[in-house]
Amino acid sequence: MPKLIVDGKEIEVPAEFTLLQACEQAGAEIPRFCFHERLSIAGNCRMCLVELKGSPKPVASCAWAVRDCRPGPNGEPPVVNTKTPMVKKAREGVMEFLLINHPLDCPICDQGGECDLQDQAMAYGVDKSRYEENKRAVEDKYIGPLVKTIMTRCIHCTRCIRFATEVAGVSELGAIGRGEDMEITTYLEKAMSSELQGNVIDLCPVGALTSKPYAFQARPWELTKTESIDAMDAAGSNIRVDVRGREVQRVMPRLHEDVNEEWISDKSRFIWDGLRTQRLDKPYVRIKGKLIRASWSDAFAAIADKMRSANAKKVGAIIGDLATAEESFALKKLMDQIGSPNIDCRQDGSVLHPKYGRASYLFNATIAGIEEADGMMIIGANPRKEAPVINARIRKRWRAGGFKIGVIGEQADLTYDYAYLGAGPDTLADFTKHKKAQLKKQIWLIGQGALARPDGEAVLSMFAKSVHSVGGIADGWNGFSVLHTAASRVGALDVGAVPGEGGLTAPQMAKSKSLEVLFLLGADEIEVENDAFVVYIGTHGDRGAHRADVILPAAAYTEKSGIFVNTEGRPQLAKRAAFAPGDAREDWAILRALSDVIGHKLPLDSLSQLRQQMFAAHPHLAKLDQIVPADASVLAKLSKLGGEAKKTGFKSPVTDFYLTNPIARASAIMAECSRLAAGKLPQAAE
Amino acid sequence: MAVRRLAAEQPKSFSFSKKNEEWAMKQIAKYPEGRQASAVIPLLWQAQKQAGGWLPEAAIRHVADMLGMAHIRVLEVATFYTMFNLEPVGEHFIQVCGTTPCALRGAEDLIKVCKKRIGEQREVSKDGKFSWLEVECLGACVNAPMVQINDDYYEDLTPELLEKLMNDLAAGRKVKVGPQIDRQYSAPSGGLTTLKGEGK
Repeated sequence: MPKLIVDGKEIEVPAEFTLLQACEQAGAEIPRFCFHERLSIAGNCRMCLVELKGSPKPVASCAWAVRDCRPGPNGEPPVVNTKTPMVKKAREGVMEFLLINHPLDCPICDQGGECDLQDQAMAYGVDKSRYEENKRAVEDKYIGPLVKTIMTRCIHCTRCIRFATEVAGVSELGAIGRGEDMEITTYLEKAMSSELQGNVIDLCPVGALTSKPYAFQARPWELTKTESIDAMDAAGSNIRVDVRGREVQRVMPRLHEDVNEEWISDKSRFIWDGLRTQRLDKPYVRIKGKLIRASWSDAFAAIADKMRSANAKKVGAIIGDLATAEESFALKKLMDQIGSPNIDCRQDGSVLHPKYGRASYLFNATIAGIEEADGMMIIGANPRKEAPVINARIRKRWRAGGFKIGVIGEQADLTYDYAYLGAGPDTLADFTKHKKAQLKKQIWLIGQGALARPDGEAVLSMFAKSVHSVGGIADGWNGFSVLHTAASRVGALDVGAVPGEGGLTAPQMAKSKSLEVLFLLGADEIEVENDAFVVYIGTHGDRGAHRADVILPAAAYTEKSGIFVNTEGRPQLAKRAAFAPGDAREDWAILRALSDVIGHKLPLDSLSQLRQQMFAAHPHLAKLDQIVPADASVLAKLSKLGGEAKKTGFKSPVTDFYLTNPIARASAIMAECSRLAAGKLPQAAE
Repeated sequence: MAVRRLAAEQPKSFSFSKKNEEWAMKQIAKYPEGRQASAVIPLLWQAQKQAGGWLPEAAIRHVADMLGMAHIRVLEVATFYTMFNLEPVGEHFIQVCGTTPCALRGAEDLIKVCKKRIGEQREVSKDGKFSWLEVECLGACVNAPMVQINDDYYEDLTPELLEKLMNDLAAGRKVKVGPQIDRQYSAPSGGLTTLKGEGK
């Protein structure tokens, strides 16, 4: 590795490093606007200038490779200075030019307080302007309902364009005109269509692109920031929830290289207005067909009344998509104590089951593993809609080249090229007796669209057989990967929240005429069609609450502490950022109180006790942020399941990306995005 | 250069004529598979010619679709290069060089003629014959001042000569391309001063 002297300190860095990276490694701080680790290099802001000995002019360190540096006359390592007066003066000059056309509207700018330009102007700005001409003013552009533009503030770093084109995979943003008159826009101000577009707000180093829903809501220094985990999909994106008072003001991504890098989907980012509307803040009891507000004790009394006469075997529970592992564990325990085998976390009717082994329902290849893979088969899934962040990772791998992708299922725009092989089980059957592929690290990704159907077991069996015959499982590599859509699912499967001996599955419980009492733990994606007494424990007035006989108001994912296990099997701790509204309580506390009332008291008094019991029963959940690799040998048994698969094609369960859960359905922002995506909203330029 | 916008009134659709389509396919074939986008400037140029000297929005989309490019990528190219006119131009589109050598030799007087005869920059004259634009150096400084009308240069102009030139063009008379005075190409005016005799 070449040597380099940065500010008098000799370091050794890989030749492909840029000077900027080398300087950072040597501990020097380099200001920058256009450079971003995850985007291509533009080199147009010129803020990262450094002095390179032997070069007559300062060089842009972001666009200068270490291997391009020439050694000294006697073969000394190249010398880079980042703190000399020459560098400071050069950067001050750049800053002065940047500020020529940048408005002095920081007091009314949403970026104020977290603005790169503001921060760097503190170091390199001058206190007065020498500029006497007219400043440039730029018309604001409409680029969708999520991103607000104040284009006069734009400094032409082109990060947003590079993000949209490279990471999000939709060439929608561009720069029209040139020089001073360059303007960032979409084609004729159409709304952007990416599910990751919110990330351009974080990327914008100035206040040109800001969050439209968050506009003028709060200042960054007023917000209490809580690091948490997203529950909108099963990727388990790391988020930061910013709260002022009782209300969530915004959600931001947090860096996690192995999960979401630094991106989150628009649903994760803009869901927060749904946390305020349609909330259940009081218990309700249905009296003569009408839901009447009640006290907790009245609501519990109504449930106890019903439970006293109910046959234990005719009590059921369905766990929804937003439940934490602790809640699933507590509910499972409660059902055990009641003596009912009827509990299910798979409200979509998926056939994944812990009895086949943990490897049978995990994304065993891991999200970071996508980057090591050399081929991928996507079956019955649309990762772009089901987990946009994982889709961005697949696209990243695809862009690097040498990555073959095949798709069986729906033919959708996934932002990368793939070979479309077929629509359904017929095509998958061809691979069960296929010869081994040349690829060493294949990922076989199966979505709920292939598993949540009556013939799901046969499909799962065929899938396992195909993975084995084509060579998806090799030494040290397990390409058998399940893409989940629900944040709660893997955690609930881990704690065994599936029907016991003779128990009913979720779809059966929803239809069975003999069921007497049904507990819904935030289960809103299933229609209860029988006349069971329904107790809904949840957050929003959605489908479950409409059908309920008793509503117990609970806390949303930002209002409680709990473990979410992502599709890889990575347990991550979500923390409480705000309090639940009104009389709503955290779900575990509701279950604990309920258990007491119905005479099956859970042996726990605090969340930590519950967590300890869960960790004792399922030790791998205690290893936060670690993936305990699942035993791949169980998968061979899976291929022996057999069964007859129907011919109907696979369909992704996510038909509307923006409306997949009760919080999203309560959000006005998500509703607008959904209408826009469906083409129902006229796109008017502002 | 000022902010350039697409014209407010646009034709609904655009497609290449059969001849141009064939020509375009030949251009695209020059580039290797996967690099078709390289043909964007020739195609836009041909589209501009076909559309009467300017580039309608529909043409930008048409070219993008032909090359498999995102619409915004072609719009970027079309707005970057000033040789693509985004608004309708006259039958004879006059580009007056206003850069220093021409300005010193009287380009401002030519601009006055244009203003008087046609109107403001970018406006098309009532008869649709003319429109004009002040542009940066066209590289014929030796014969300053000069204008470019459509594809040809007209050099060594005076206000009178430009006016006559416009009259001739408007009437459809044949005009002389190049220097409008007694000068061969960019040789000295008034005949050669050196290299007069036979070479030895």
